[in-house]
Amino acid sequence: MTAAGPAIVSLRNVSKAYESGTLALSDFHLDVRAGEFVSLLGPSGCGKSTALRIVAGLSRASAGTVDAPDGGTGFVFQEPTLMPWASVADNVRLPLKLTHADEARSRAAVTQALERVGLAEFAQSYPRELSGGMKMRASIARALVTEPQLLLMDEPFAALDEINRFKLNNDLLRVWQELQRTVIFVTHSVFESVYLSQRIVVMTPRPGRVFAEIAIDAPYPRDERFRTSAEYAASCRKVAETLAQAMGEAP
Amino acid sequence: MSPRILRIALPLLVLAAVVLVWDLTVRLFAIPPYVLPGPELVLSTLFADAALLSQSLLVTLAITLEGFLLAAFGGIALAVVFNQWRLIESAFYPYAVILQVTPVVAIAPLLLIYLPQPLAVLACAWIVAFFPVLANTTLGLNSVDHNLIALFDLYKASRWQVLWNLKLPAALPQMLAGLRIAGGLSLIGAVVAEIAAGSAGAGSGLAYRIVESGYRLNIPRMFAALLLLSLAGIAIFFVLSALSNILLGRWHESAVTRER
Ligand SMILES: Nc1ncnc2c1ncn2[C@@H]1O[C@H](COP(=O)(O)OP(=O)(O)OP(=O)(O)O)[C@@H](O)[C@H]1O
Ligand SMILES: [Mg+2]
Repeated sequence: MTAAGPAIVSLRNVSKAYESGTLALSDFHLDVRAGEFVSLLGPSGCGKSTALRIVAGLSRASAGTVDAPDGGTGFVFQEPTLMPWASVADNVRLPLKLTHADEARSRAAVTQALERVGLAEFAQSYPRELSGGMKMRASIARALVTEPQLLLMDEPFAALDEINRFKLNNDLLRVWQELQRTVIFVTHSVFESVYLSQRIVVMTPRPGRVFAEIAIDAPYPRDERFRTSAEYAASCRKVAETLAQAMGEAP
Repeated sequence: MSPRILRIALPLLVLAAVVLVWDLTVRLFAIPPYVLPGPELVLSTLFADAALLSQSLLVTLAITLEGFLLAAFGGIALAVVFNQWRLIESAFYPYAVILQVTPVVAIAPLLLIYLPQPLAVLACAWIVAFFPVLANTTLGLNSVDHNLIALFDLYKASRWQVLWNLKLPAALPQMLAGLRIAGGLSLIGAVVAEIAAGSAGAGSGLAYRIVESGYRLNIPRMFAALLLLSLAGIAIFFVLSALSNILLGRWHESAVTRER
């Protein structure tokens, strides 16, 4: 479906060593084209979050070249990362406030973003009054509110129950198609990565490298029929096997 | 009984018991009032000397309030400066600590030599109250969630936006905790300085009344003044706690009652 556009993100030979001496990424490559939906899949601690932070410009690579848009990026952190002193609506409004967006238009954008994640009723609640999954949805609404060119998501649905995860998977795909945006999605769920992505980047354990890239050719829109199809099951098996090989390659 | 009523009733019960034991002790052992006055005598002295004592109370409260406000604004402002310019923090923080660890009782006589008494008393109130505000606010400003800072970076927030929209609200609970400590300490500072000035001083605050009554062996008045000082301290604590609860409102764990 979505024709691959020009390259929007390009990481070449990227390594990241933390001050503690931990080598999180080593010789990591990632190319993402505008409009693509790409997942990073790998075991815990392999450097997925680190790679995403480097793409966002929140962390600097120790070596290698990084090409990524400067601004216009939405980020969903692995934790909800909400401001406890602000209501849900104010949390979602934050990106617009920081970029001095027009008042009336921001109000509409906040309402729409909250509706997208099903939190419209809770606009005036405070984060501590929300469940873990609701906090995560608020955090997703905050990333969506600016309708960013590039959306970086770090295991956004890991804390959700399966029903809500499936629902949000579908919502995310819908938003992605509606807005024609680029998504880099971090997960350690084989099933989720296959359901969502056009391409899966399988990473090795720490230090993270790209072990393999697997294209998932099934057409969009994908829905529950796809989730139960033989094609989906076959893709999942293939990705799971590749992931197992990647883990076996550990030093 | 609900926990709320218990929280008020139990301390009152303890108070009543202590007063009763105090009263009985004084009566049973026939202790003369210049050694230990009974609660009744202390209360009647409090009313008899009301004019004098309330005037002294006002003086003490005014100094405490001034010292507290100076400490609050000075402490918060300096914490923000330290947070924004780390070099300044490295240069001056050690001296703020020195100011804190030197006992104020030891500094008071010196201040009384160099400053006119009201100013010296105010300086003492400020010195003791200033550091908890500075230390707590600094801690609060420095312990902001790193991911929230990253989020602000992502949207290219200015330094001012980060300070105003993120760091100050995030530091509010610690800041208020510092202020709560500072309220009590500024009262202590004011009292210590007046006591250090002693009978030679020209003070008129409650601490001065205590010293003066001590010299005149007017023990009941000493107790009455002491009682007023405690009440003032309690009032300060409650006012600041209420302020803290209002400001932290619905968001902070310390201010919300947990529903089970
Ligand atoms: N700020 C940091 N300082 C030092 N080491 C870090 C830091 N952040 C991550 N690391 C280390 O880098 C490695 C990769 O971490 P990262 O968070 O990128 O993993 P991840 O793939 O996202 O894992 P998970 O799936 O558990 O979230 C880990 O070994 C971790 O200990
Ligand atoms: Mg991670």
